[in-house]
This record gives sequence, structure tokens and C-alpha cells, in this order.
Amino acid sequence: MIFARVAGTVVATRRSDQLPGAKYLLVELCDQRGRGRKDYLVALDGIGAGAGELVMVTQGPSARQMQFSDKKPVDALISGIVDLVDENGEVVFRK
Amino acid sequence: MLLARVIGTVVSTRKEPRIEGIKFLLLEKLDPPTMAGKKDYVVAMDTVGAGPGEVVFYVAGSSARMTAVTDGRPSDAAITAIVDTVELDGRAVYQKDAT
Repeated sequence: MIFARVAGTVVATRRSDQLPGAKYLLVELCDQRGRGRKDYLVALDGIGAGAGELVMVTQGPSARQMQFSDKKPVDALISGIVDLVDENGEVVFRK
Repeated sequence: MLLARVIGTVVSTRKEPRIEGIKFLLLEKLDPPTMAGKKDYVVAMDTVGAGPGEVVFYVAGSSARMTAVTDGRPSDAAITAIVDTVELDGRAVYQKDAT
């Protein structure tokens, strides 16, 4: 998984899959301190992440390992909202 | 998934039989804050009827086979949505038909 910040939303009415209750969010990839790297991707949100939150994103085929994303064309999934990151005993990120 | 703009089509006559009848589009990846092209290109199978100039997002890797159009076909990039709006940090950076 990689760190990312919820930066915005992407709305698309014409799409190949229908995933009830799921939203597409625009996320900016971050380091473990939550600093943005100016690299963006569109990720499916199934957990209700909010704007500005630091999240974990699961990429690749593993993004399909959720009940609602099973066998769906999804390659990036927001899988967790980060509360705290500890690096070598030092808290480098706290929500 | 990555945001990209449809900038053209790709025609291939001699190809793997399982990809007959599929539309290939040429995409340029976008930088969301500016919505400008990043001069980084990819060929993707179209599953939604996207056309030139439209902003789309596409799915890459094995997940690109998980659509009705690409199921069982040698696809590693498939357009899965035509984008209407993109909002970034509270700002509308893209609105379809607004330009």
C-alpha cells in the first residue's frame, strides 16, 4: 500500500461498471509524513474517506479483494484512513 | 486509475484474433492541477464509447480485463469512465463541456 491524501473527487456518469455506494476520489501520493508528491491517481473509496485525510491506497489486482470491488475493473482502492505513523519510534504523522 | 485525455485512435489490421472489433484509443495522461497533458501516452481499449478530446480514466493491469468488453482478452489498459467533473482542493479543475 502507498500513502496518499484525499485531494478531490472525480464524477463520471458514463462508466463501464456500477459500484453502489462507492465514490471515485482524486488522491495525491504522499510520503509517510503526509507531504504531497504532486502525483495523482483516481482511487475507489469504499470506506468513506474525507477531504484532506491521509489514507492508504491498495494498487493493482489486490484492489479487487473487497466484496464490492470483486471482479470489477478497479486498480486503486482506498483501504484505510491513517491515524498515526511511527517511524523508528518517532511519530511522524498524527491525524 | 489515472486521468487521461483521448487524443486519437489506433488502428491495427494484423492483430491477435481475440482483440478483433475492439476500439483502441490513444490517451495522454493528465496532470490534475492544471489538466495539462504530461506527454506520457498509453493505448487503451475503450469500453464506454469515449471520443477525441474527452477526459477519461482508465484502469491498468489485470483489472483491465474485468469489463464485459475486455473479459478474456489481452488487455492491460481499459477506459472505464468518461469524466464529467474533477474537483481538486475545493476547486473545479475540469468540467465537461465547459470549455
